[in-house]
Amino acid sequence: MISHLSPNASERVRRRVLEYLGIRSVNELYSDVPSEMLLREPPDMGRRVNHVELERLVDSMLPNPPRLTFTGGGMADHYVPPLVDEIASRQEFYTSYTPYQPELSQGMLQALFEYQSLMAELLGMEVVNASLYDYGSALGEAGRFSIRVTKRKKVVIAFSVNPERKMVLRTYLDPLGAEVVEAPMERESGRVSLDSLRSLVDDSTAMVYIEMPNFYGIVEEEAEDIFGIAHSKGALAAAGIDPLLAALIKPPGELGADLVVGEGQHLGSPMSFGGPSLGIFAVRMDIRFVRQLPGRLIGMTRTQDSLYRSYCMVLQTREQHIRKEEATSNITTSSSLMALRAAVYITLLGPEGLRKLAEKIAYNTSYLRKSLSELNVFSIPFEGTAFKELAVSSSLSWERVNSHLLSKGVLGGFVVSKLFPEMDMGMNLALFSTTEKHGKAQIDELVDLMREVI
Amino acid sequence: MGFSQARWFSGDGVLEPTPFEAGRLGEGGLIIAEPEEELVEIVGGIEEIIPRKLIRKELNIPGMSEPEVARHFNRLAQMNYGVDNGSYWLGSCTMKYTPKLVMRVAEHPSIRNLHPYAPEELTQGVLRMLYELQEMLSAITGLPSYTLQPAAGAQGELTGALMIRKRIADLGERRDEMIIPETAHGSNFASAAMAGFRIVRVPPNSDGTVDMDALKSAISERTAGMMITNPNTLGIFEDRILEIAELLHANGSYLYYDGANLNAIMGWVRLSDMGVDVAHLNIHKTFSAPHGGGGPGAGAVGAKEELRDYLPVPVVVKEGNRYRLSYDVPRSIGKVRTFYGNVGVLIKAWAYLKMLGSEGVRETASLAVMNANYVRKKLIDSGFEVPYGRDRPCKHEFVISLAKLRKETGVRALDFAKALIDRGLHPPTMYFPQVVQECLMIEPTESDSLEELDRYVDVMREIKELAYESPDELMKAPKRSAITRVDESFANKVLWLSWKVYEKQKSQGELDR
Ligand SMILES: Cc1ncc(COP(=O)(O)O)c(C=O)c1O
Repeated sequence: MISHLSPNASERVRRRVLEYLGIRSVNELYSDVPSEMLLREPPDMGRRVNHVELERLVDSMLPNPPRLTFTGGGMADHYVPPLVDEIASRQEFYTSYTPYQPELSQGMLQALFEYQSLMAELLGMEVVNASLYDYGSALGEAGRFSIRVTKRKKVVIAFSVNPERKMVLRTYLDPLGAEVVEAPMERESGRVSLDSLRSLVDDSTAMVYIEMPNFYGIVEEEAEDIFGIAHSKGALAAAGIDPLLAALIKPPGELGADLVVGEGQHLGSPMSFGGPSLGIFAVRMDIRFVRQLPGRLIGMTRTQDSLYRSYCMVLQTREQHIRKEEATSNITTSSSLMALRAAVYITLLGPEGLRKLAEKIAYNTSYLRKSLSELNVFSIPFEGTAFKELAVSSSLSWERVNSHLLSKGVLGGFVVSKLFPEMDMGMNLALFSTTEKHGKAQIDELVDLMREVI
Repeated sequence: MGFSQARWFSGDGVLEPTPFEAGRLGEGGLIIAEPEEELVEIVGGIEEIIPRKLIRKELNIPGMSEPEVARHFNRLAQMNYGVDNGSYWLGSCTMKYTPKLVMRVAEHPSIRNLHPYAPEELTQGVLRMLYELQEMLSAITGLPSYTLQPAAGAQGELTGALMIRKRIADLGERRDEMIIPETAHGSNFASAAMAGFRIVRVPPNSDGTVDMDALKSAISERTAGMMITNPNTLGIFEDRILEIAELLHANGSYLYYDGANLNAIMGWVRLSDMGVDVAHLNIHKTFSAPHGGGGPGAGAVGAKEELRDYLPVPVVVKEGNRYRLSYDVPRSIGKVRTFYGNVGVLIKAWAYLKMLGSEGVRETASLAVMNANYVRKKLIDSGFEVPYGRDRPCKHEFVISLAKLRKETGVRALDFAKALIDRGLHPPTMYFPQVVQECLMIEPTESDSLEELDRYVDVMREIKELAYESPDELMKAPKRSAITRVDESFANKVLWLSWKVYEKQKSQGELDR
């Protein structure tokens, strides 16, 4: 009996309904299914667990979370303001579907329009879609987008792009027979080598793509020149950015980017073991771009009687439900609630809250770098400006370091060679991250614990 | 029951003003953290960290205080409609109630605060949940191997299509066509095309199922596979599915199953018994994870043995009593997103299936089917036209056509839907599947009570009568939602895609309001 979830489960209601249908048992509702296919018994999934048992089970399965997380690699432990959780737990938002009936769904539509508008401001762009799944698939879509717009088939990316995202990009581009070329990194600075990039970008290049910060935490200070190289060959200039960094440095739009992608999960959502996430996708207001945009777009409009300002989905003819195989993407369900969270977060922090937050992360990164480089077995191999993430090289085994940290409830760096040996370059690297959740005391604690291993 | 949605607006018809109007541009906001003085002393000014030429000068986003932000978004929430407000018979979307317990489980601090690269000691619990979810989905579908990585149904389709593509390449074959029924969901066509396939369409028969003759002539040595939805989007069970599978398999082609909606058959029919090779399941439909106003969802993909080695990496494996993420998938298609999937959503499905257990899964499906059949019969008895499948039970949903009503009164499915809004009901899916004129696709789910089913049908009957009496009234609906009917063509003309774009147009005098 699932009567707690279904009001019609009771014998009384069931009998009434079956009687109306003129049948004796629900089995007859499956009479159209060939009998050789019908299961006689339900699949074995164990007995149902009641509320109290389930909560007890969950508690018994899950260990306490670590006290401090300093792990990097594309995800960091950010603070989630309570108002974001509270708004996102309003059932009007979280239980609703994609706003196909705009009159009944103005709340979500307006929130998504505000997300598009706020994100556009933050990134220095003009048009942001109302969402893709995550940073990785946003990059995959960016690659496909650039190929559609330019009708070219080569994509040049920095070697220092996050390798998980590189994998997604390759998966998305593979069926197009596109070529993905990696521009090497300068070993000292950790930034992409402009000379190599210049030699790789040519008339067949659809897109040039860099990340800020890159996999090693380094900010591409010459982004403007890189975008210039792309434009000189008629390729799209594309950047991936941590939206928090955009509150501190000139945003990609101002530096000349045509297309920006990123991860919005950092804006007020928990890590949740990697997802749900929020793929950011932004372009300049150029009708060639807008018509090729993947994913949902919300536009501001008015009612037919001109009484009210209102919002609805626009340019739906790009999308799968109308354009089918000619659609700009297959995306349907995307990441609305995460976009709503980001909108609440950005509105709540406002310009000053975001700026201070980004500055704090920059200070933390700088202090972590300084403190770690004072320990003789650890070094920071790249000189470039780092934000939030920091690549640390060690002459000790990271396993030893990290297990000591873990014994004190602290999560250490992500060991690059474990998953991506090609990104380690023989330097025994681990990626650390530091966020607003850390202060000097927490960073000092991390460094002291690392010193103990020596 | 009467209905009136909240409507927050200012005198000149501006709905709840945006923060760009209500806030102070470039000023204010909540400081949740700031650089510590001690660190500033050690490190120096911000120019010591960030090259001066790169530092941002302006950040023109609005600033508001916390109470203002709270009110703003709560007002917006009041101008939205969720499953917990009322009936939401949105066909193909399975708008069932989400038990609050599954929400709480997914919000557990040990899951929320877990970094995706955390060491195995800390991930055992969450990996066990994911592994158990895969096992339960295997039990339901009969497909032995799963990935939980795809972020939604459509991404699951792309994953499955890419797996088929790679398998075919490994076999040294050249098959580049995907057969898709005309009734299929739009994402099927788009996903197959993204995976590099050419689409071959097959029409439905007069009974709404796949036309076997058309299918036979569509199958060729170029056929990589077919994507099928069963029950199909008309709510009809494709009873010749085994024959379809045999035709494809005999031809060396694969059967992809769109399992976005499993709510009619879970616990009753397994996909493996239908000859399915690979399938996706929408966690945010059948398995109670809420839709979030358009995501995040999750799209599990299950495969039979032959395709197991093509799943995205990593996969969750169990060794003795330990769980691990394994990257050892020899022919993997790679990754379709970063990390492992929308874990926070997947956990809800795990909790939901634990709450149901074996019996509950089967019972849920039969109640959803029972409710759909009840509503269908009541609507037929009230003179509504169900063009396909009247001779047999429907599954979780069915499709009605208002073509006759339109012809006789001018009232379209769209007008009908807007009239439902005024009576506090979320309208069914409109104009899909496209094979039915002026259609509404109705899926009541197991969550509505008998009284609610009856009321919805009464309202539909009343609107139909009204269509004959005063059609003009209906065309003015809705009046009781936050706004009256939205001007979509104006929206597509002006393309105010962000506040910035709007302001720019305004400053150039391009606005007519
Ligand atoms: C039948 C069917 N297939 C596929 C999809 C796509 O799923 P998603 O929206 O999760 O991408 C949907 C729902 O939108 C659907 O109803």
